[in-house]
Amino acid sequence: MVNLSVDLNGLQLKNPVMTASGTYGYGEEYNDFYDINQLGGIIVKGTTLNHREGNAYPRMAETPMGMLNAVGLQNKGVEYFATTINPRISHFTTNVLVNVSGSTIEEYVATAERIASLPNIPGIELNISCPNVKEGGMAFGTSCPSAVAVVEAVRQVFPRHLMVKLSPNVTNIVEIAKGVEGAGADSVSLINTLLGMAIDAEKQRPMLSTITGGLSGPAVKPVALRMVWQVAREVKIPVVGLGGISNATDAIEFILAGASAIQVGTANFVDPMVCVKIIDGIRDYMIRHQVNDIKELVGALRC
Amino acid sequence: MCQKKYIDDFTVLQTRRVTHDYVIIDLQHPSQLPDIRPGQFVQVKVEDRPNVFLRRPISVHDADKNQGILRLLVQEVGEGTRWMGQLEPGQKLNLVYPLGNSFPMPKTDRVLLVGGGCGIAPLLFLGKELRKHGIKPRFLMGARSAAHLIDMSEYRELGDVYVTTEDGSEGTKGFVIHHPVMKTDKPDFDVIYTCGPEPMMKVLAKYAANHHLDCHVSLENSMACGIGACLCCVTATQQGNKCTCIDGPVFDSKDLKW
Ligand SMILES: Cc1cc2nc3c(=O)[nH]c(=O)nc-3n(C[C@H](O)[C@H](O)[C@H](O)COP(=O)(O)OP(=O)(O)OC[C@H]3O[C@@H](n4cnc5c(N)ncnc54)[C@H](O)[C@@H]3O)c2cc1C
Ligand SMILES: Cc1cc2nc3c(=O)[nH]c(=O)nc-3n(C[C@H](O)[C@H](O)[C@H](O)COP(=O)(O)O)c2cc1C
Ligand code: FES
Repeated sequence: MVNLSVDLNGLQLKNPVMTASGTYGYGEEYNDFYDINQLGGIIVKGTTLNHREGNAYPRMAETPMGMLNAVGLQNKGVEYFATTINPRISHFTTNVLVNVSGSTIEEYVATAERIASLPNIPGIELNISCPNVKEGGMAFGTSCPSAVAVVEAVRQVFPRHLMVKLSPNVTNIVEIAKGVEGAGADSVSLINTLLGMAIDAEKQRPMLSTITGGLSGPAVKPVALRMVWQVAREVKIPVVGLGGISNATDAIEFILAGASAIQVGTANFVDPMVCVKIIDGIRDYMIRHQVNDIKELVGALRC
Repeated sequence: MCQKKYIDDFTVLQTRRVTHDYVIIDLQHPSQLPDIRPGQFVQVKVEDRPNVFLRRPISVHDADKNQGILRLLVQEVGEGTRWMGQLEPGQKLNLVYPLGNSFPMPKTDRVLLVGGGCGIAPLLFLGKELRKHGIKPRFLMGARSAAHLIDMSEYRELGDVYVTTEDGSEGTKGFVIHHPVMKTDKPDFDVIYTCGPEPMMKVLAKYAANHHLDCHVSLENSMACGIGACLCCVTATQQGNKCTCIDGPVFDSKDLKW
């Protein structure tokens, strides 16, 4: 028996496979296809203090081996999550993390505080990297002092696992990773989407209502892999890798680059069963390479 | 709304070309089809086409639960749909299904089903369901020209079929709204069901509002997941943004912010 379980700085995962925020709804959407409790964890939709309508349609454009989105954090606010959605999903035995977003530090803090009052939620993923909202969001994650400030403030009110999701739209991601580590993050996840754009040449118009949007899918994988590798060498807290992971080989590559766990996002749209296949594939890889514990693979890249 | 969704490999029975750019694809389910209702759609996985990354939403054109047969009517508009047009008997097609809500059954027997382009696809299945409820549907089909019209005999078995073409090569010349059945102060129908290009559906929604009719429109917003997980497919409604893939694709036109 190979050991797939991961201790993510205190957060226990039965395997390293989680699902990425905004691509997996609240888990219920996929529970028809398989028992989602097989997963290491799920990260639910971006949640803000107040209700947000998000951006206008069109919010999506397919691009070569990927897609752009400009959803803009549509959600009904943390109170609705706490009182209406959470009771519906609290029977899931897998780790359910809430992705928390905001436009001001006060909003982040108030949202995190409300989540802290929900005992079934073992952690949050602080989204300081959303490219699809005009104010805040990515702005916090693209400057080191503001990233540190928001993490320090949330740390004060959130006692459980605090994962901080980093933006790739920066010059030096390592600096920001070290900053949020110092500010009390328990782990970092990367990458969020890369800022991109698509144009309809015939209509001479942008494909998205917001003109620019976030790129995800296999197209971003090499960038994500490079950033995970750079960050994992420089921080002591665990790194959760994501960006374009579509199969077990992709997942193994992120783990070799230094990720202790991984998230699967856009690939769920193409194959709703992909996460189960990735778990099975990681197990097969370990057997094939005579690896007993997944920990042995983390950062095991031979350069 | 909470109907269970499936993911399965169907086997292609045949791909029949019905016009220069329309094909009908018959698919065999591996065992027993679940209940599928008119207006629902499937998400088709396109294989081995590097430029086609996401699944393609296609309406159910017809479904035979007992035989386990699902029929799609596909208009070839790009790489994904052209790939579907080339499917050979015996090939596998991976579908996520059945998705979305469905056309509500009317409280009256005076209904008009209006289709344009590939929007006629769900109307055959709807027409059959209406007949099961003892209602004789009438169809109004709009096309660019006679060459873009598929064979209407299956529809004619269910009820009257009116046709408009933009160039007048068949039926009434003009758009659906120009057909005599629409050009009256007192329409002889109470409910419109429509699927097709958005400008056409908007005109019908306005017509319905002016004449105090019910109008159910089926939207074709672009989609990523098709199952309510990504929020990419929203349409603005009186109750805020709603997902076309789970709250739709069928909406009461009064609820839409058109
Ligand atoms: C719920 C639903 C049901 C549908 N039912 C059917 C059906 O029964 N039969 C059928 O033939 N088609 C149907 N469609 C439309 C079909 O999904 C698209 O034509 C298909 O995705 C195009 O894929 P492609 O790779 O061939 O073309 P692409 O290369 O993706 O696109 C070709 C061109 O079509 C445009 N286009 C693509 N998708 C859409 C869209 N959703 N709305 C407006 N323009 C678009 C693109 O901008 C581009 O100009 C349905 C769509 C939805 C959302
Ligand atoms: C439709 C969509 C919505 C997303 N919403 C969020 C979100 O609310 N919060 C967040 O932190 N990331 C969000 N993301 C980013 C993903 O979680 C992930 O970081 C990114 O897509 C890269 O991973 P992937 O290539 O596996 O999809 C979203 C991505 C997509 C495609
Ligand atoms: S297509 Fe993803 S929510 Fe509708």
